[in-house]
Amino acid sequence: MAEVVLRNVTKRYDNVEAVRSINLHIPDNEFVVLVGPSGCGKSTTLRMIAGLEELTSGDILIGGEVINDLPPKDRDIAMVFQNYALYPHMTVFENMSFGLKLRRFPKEEIKKRVDQAARILDIAELLERKPRALSGGQRQRVAMGRAIVRNPKVFLFDEPLSNLDAKLRVQMRTEIKRVHQMVKTTTVYVTHDQVEAMTLADRVVVMNGGLIEQIASPQELYHRPKTRFVAGFIGSPAMNFMRCRVEENGVGLRVRISDAVSLPVPSSHLPRYKGLTGKELIFGLRPEHITEPRRGAGEGISEFSPTLDVVEPMGMETIVFFKVDGQEICGRVDPGSAAGPGESMRLSANMDHMHLIDPATGAVL
Amino acid sequence: MSTAALPLRTTGAFGLRGSLSRNRRWALITSYVFLVVFAIFFLIPPYYMVVTALKSDAEVAHMATNPWIIANGITFDQFRILLTQTDFLTFFKNTAIVTVCVVVVTMVVSVLGAFSLGRMKFWGSSILATGIFLTYLVPDTLLFIPLFQIVKALGLLNSYWGLIVVYPTLTVPFCTWIMIGYFQSIPKELDEAALIDGASHMQMLTKIFIPVALPGIIAATIFAFTVSWAAFVYPMAFLYSADQQVLTVGTVTTLIRGDVYAWGMLMAGALVAAAPPLVIYAFLMDYYIAGLTAGATKG
Repeated sequence: MAEVVLRNVTKRYDNVEAVRSINLHIPDNEFVVLVGPSGCGKSTTLRMIAGLEELTSGDILIGGEVINDLPPKDRDIAMVFQNYALYPHMTVFENMSFGLKLRRFPKEEIKKRVDQAARILDIAELLERKPRALSGGQRQRVAMGRAIVRNPKVFLFDEPLSNLDAKLRVQMRTEIKRVHQMVKTTTVYVTHDQVEAMTLADRVVVMNGGLIEQIASPQELYHRPKTRFVAGFIGSPAMNFMRCRVEENGVGLRVRISDAVSLPVPSSHLPRYKGLTGKELIFGLRPEHITEPRRGAGEGISEFSPTLDVVEPMGMETIVFFKVDGQEICGRVDPGSAAGPGESMRLSANMDHMHLIDPATGAVL
Repeated sequence: MSTAALPLRTTGAFGLRGSLSRNRRWALITSYVFLVVFAIFFLIPPYYMVVTALKSDAEVAHMATNPWIIANGITFDQFRILLTQTDFLTFFKNTAIVTVCVVVVTMVVSVLGAFSLGRMKFWGSSILATGIFLTYLVPDTLLFIPLFQIVKALGLLNSYWGLIVVYPTLTVPFCTWIMIGYFQSIPKELDEAALIDGASHMQMLTKIFIPVALPGIIAATIFAFTVSWAAFVYPMAFLYSADQQVLTVGTVTTLIRGDVYAWGMLMAGALVAAAPPLVIYAFLMDYYIAGLTAGATKG
């Protein structure tokens, strides 16, 4: 068992609290991604798990054992760094076997493990090369190989794909997922890229300002964010936010965005939003829920015709921008049906996916 | 409109390229002129040394001959007499022993010091690092008086072992400074990776940092070698018998008697003495420049 538990973990640098009493339980073999903007404390958390930063308070447990005071080498972890951190004077084989040599593994065992990892990562033909003779992607594979050969309890990844170009990043993302499926090991992965987080994670931990905003599976995080921060951070383009007021409309409710625009709340949402009548709130709706009208529209669909400001063709879809009461809104439409900038376009808002957010607390209601 | 604009832009671009090319040519010509002038300026003394060392005493003393050429044939007498009839070989041996010991002591102290100051951040480490460099700024002409007392107290006066104790005060600060700069230029993830791989700090130093920082270490080694090989003030102050003397002072005191200068042998001695540093520089110049540059810009 190699579950990782963070219990009230805090890290303070002078007067700055980088991580504020966070609690996290990562079961054995789970792939958890810590995601958030720069300075949110995700890398600090990872480095505390690695033993590269001391905790100000709290406990970190690996496999049920408190490891707060253990040096990194005794934590049975392996880490992959953003800039690979390969030893430049050593060959790929030497890089991968360095940790095993220090732990006095027999030569045959070292060779067996390196060969096995090299096969998994498809770098068997690179073993005699020095890091400078490798491409970025190959270097990242070697860095992963160095982690794999150790067969550690926990893999730690610190933004490992940030130095790669966009195409290679996608390839390596798949590679990391494939390797995790083959080498079942508890993994903590740090990134600021929400696409990486969503595609790789069993569960995503969204951090902001040293706090955990939400821990959830990618799907749950996307569809049921708990805070405005999570709602805005996850998803690209980001969720639309508009100031609104909830009004009664006979037996139903309407979300009034401006004097001219109000949208009906679907009946399935009424129990949840009934007590919010008259309150000034923030209305949230993802761009893919603002699209061209489709056949078989249900109760939650509400149509309107804004004038488009900007049209961004993306190939498989077109992103359209327009303003409602001075607030910029983004929608995703079929490339064939998109109007041009300055033109009016019939769009529909799928209110089944609406969110209402308390502007004071940022909580999704 | 667009067809009219295109040729104009093209001409402009060609004009710019032509101007850049001309500028570059002039910059190169100017550089080469200065390089040639400086090369001649710096090569004149060695040339004069070689010419004088290969002349007989009679030709050197003959005021009417041209001092820049060898008129009466080449002779190796100056070298033969220098090596067989003077203490030159003793001086050379003493210098070699002192230099090797000083280089070893300097590199051990500097590498360990620089690693701890540059990588193992602790309270006051940056002030200590600056302080070490500041000690380098105190000239040896000031230091030799108090150092004389110390060397005397250690019972090492008139012994080249005294120089081995004293020279590191000149070499360690600068070498440590170079090495701090070099070690700091190595990404911190490298030692973190080594820590996670299970390396102790000493293993990290020997297996990662020293191999990676080799250019810096070679630069520091060359510096320590040069300082130790060429030092004059300290041996002048601390040594007075020929069997303990080193090249710089020994050559001068042996070959200049009052106002009588054995010019031929002096030049031969200077040439032989200059050979080891010359050989080392020739082989390791690239490392030396790379090491000094890294130390200078990233320290």
